[in-house]
Amino acid sequence: MIIPLLKGLATTLKACFSKPITLQYPEVKRPVAPRFRGHPELVINDDGDRRCVACTLCMVVCPSNAIRGIEAAEGENHEKYPVAFTIDLTRCIFCGFCQEACPKAAIKLNNLYELAQYDKSRLILDIDKATQEKSQLRMADWL
Amino acid sequence: MLEPGIEEKTFVLNLGPQHPSTHGVLRILLEMDGEYIAKADPVIGYGHRGHEHMAENRNYLQFLPNMGRVDYLHALAYNQCWCMAVEKLLGITVPERAEFIRVITNELNRITSHLLWFGAYLMDLGAFTPFLYCFDDREHILDLLDRVTGSRLTYCYYRFGGVPSDIDREFIDGCFAFIDRFRSRWKDYDNLVTKNVIFINRTKGVGIITPEMALKYGITGPNLRGSGIPYDIRKSEPYSAYPLFNFEIPIGENGDIFDRYVVRLAEMEQSLRIVEQALVKLPNGPIMAEKVPKRIKPPAGEVYQAVETARGEFGIYIVSQGEVKPYRVKLRVPSFATLSFFPEMAKDNLVADAVANLGSIDVVIPEIDR
Ligand code: SF4
Ligand code: SF4
Repeated sequence: MIIPLLKGLATTLKACFSKPITLQYPEVKRPVAPRFRGHPELVINDDGDRRCVACTLCMVVCPSNAIRGIEAAEGENHEKYPVAFTIDLTRCIFCGFCQEACPKAAIKLNNLYELAQYDKSRLILDIDKATQEKSQLRMADWL
Repeated sequence: MLEPGIEEKTFVLNLGPQHPSTHGVLRILLEMDGEYIAKADPVIGYGHRGHEHMAENRNYLQFLPNMGRVDYLHALAYNQCWCMAVEKLLGITVPERAEFIRVITNELNRITSHLLWFGAYLMDLGAFTPFLYCFDDREHILDLLDRVTGSRLTYCYYRFGGVPSDIDREFIDGCFAFIDRFRSRWKDYDNLVTKNVIFINRTKGVGIITPEMALKYGITGPNLRGSGIPYDIRKSEPYSAYPLFNFEIPIGENGDIFDRYVVRLAEMEQSLRIVEQALVKLPNGPIMAEKVPKRIKPPAGEVYQAVETARGEFGIYIVSQGEVKPYRVKLRVPSFATLSFFPEMAKDNLVADAVANLGSIDVVIPEIDR
């Protein structure tokens, strides 16, 4: 009767002498895989322009209507670019379909996973906030 | 037995909807006769999201992420079922490598599901330590799956015609490392739980599902196999690449909680075997079928596809009218059948046993509500 219980106890005690596996989150953050799907954002070229050509394919494919309000403008050489673009992270389900549908690789899911906000409106990204380097959800490490 | 002169009276006890051992938002109205349950009445629907109706309002691809949310613990099997059903409608054959990748990720996912059940169930019974061990192991699989699928829980990985991205060397090495590591853990699990007298006394002969009852209620999965009926869709209606692998269907004898526990543990070992074989045999080749139309618009028709999930038979029935959206989608979920048996199981038992019983049948409530 008692022996199996002692064996169990021995197994538990063994853990005392092994290296802890606990991660000291949030001081230490868990690295995510390169394919990890964080929130979608607009990619910029080396010269600082958005790659998006406002074709609305991502808007059409999005299962939860998280992308809306894409407005296109035309440049000098008849190239199109967006002037308005809304990504609503309160609706986004992080499926990555927009990234797959985009012909220009202009929308990409980044690797951020701490997206909780006190104010819901911060999750509705307009074209500026949705652009890679201006993303306000990329917070400086807050600890 | 009541003494003469005392009026017979029952009272109603409310279990849930927010209760740690209902594993989700399930409410059970228990009509109590003293300490014994006279009648149990599960009230479902708290997690209803209308998946079936949502399917009618979006196209085939857009419904795919929903599948990861019907049963979030074994999401890949649900992904696979939807993909296979649509592929059947479209008449697409999936390349072999993609089938192998599907099987590998699917079986890993099955192990995470069983591990979570294992940990959470023992917590129901009052054992905290195994939970930590399970989650440690589970974390390793989640990291592996994160690497291929891009998410840790609500997977949305398979696509019609194959898989969108290939697996890499690091994943394969990681899988082998995990298999070795997990096999070395069996001894710990045995010492901690399987041979623990308290656990044995608590679970042997409790919560029996007889084979007749299991068949009558349409129970599938480990709950059915615990009662000694070797029914597994992977064997009885083989799909994907499963016929290419050697594995057994573990079965129990008495259909009690202990047998279901043993069956699930043995199934994890079988899943490891399948993953091992698949990784060794992994063929080269494309991961996506060639003739997948950009716009999924299947011809009119009806299709039923079933897969074996960690909880039993999950089936999808699609009625297509040749539109971009399905006309009707019906999801047959295993937990619903299992939960309908619960009142019979709980009857004339103690409340403490009801909790043990409910945990042992491994129901996922959002799946029932869907
Ligand atoms: S990740 Fe999915 S839900 Fe989110 S914006 Fe892209 S397509 Fe829409
Ligand atoms: S992000 Fe891509 S898919 Fe979306 S509008 Fe711009 S170019 Fe088109």
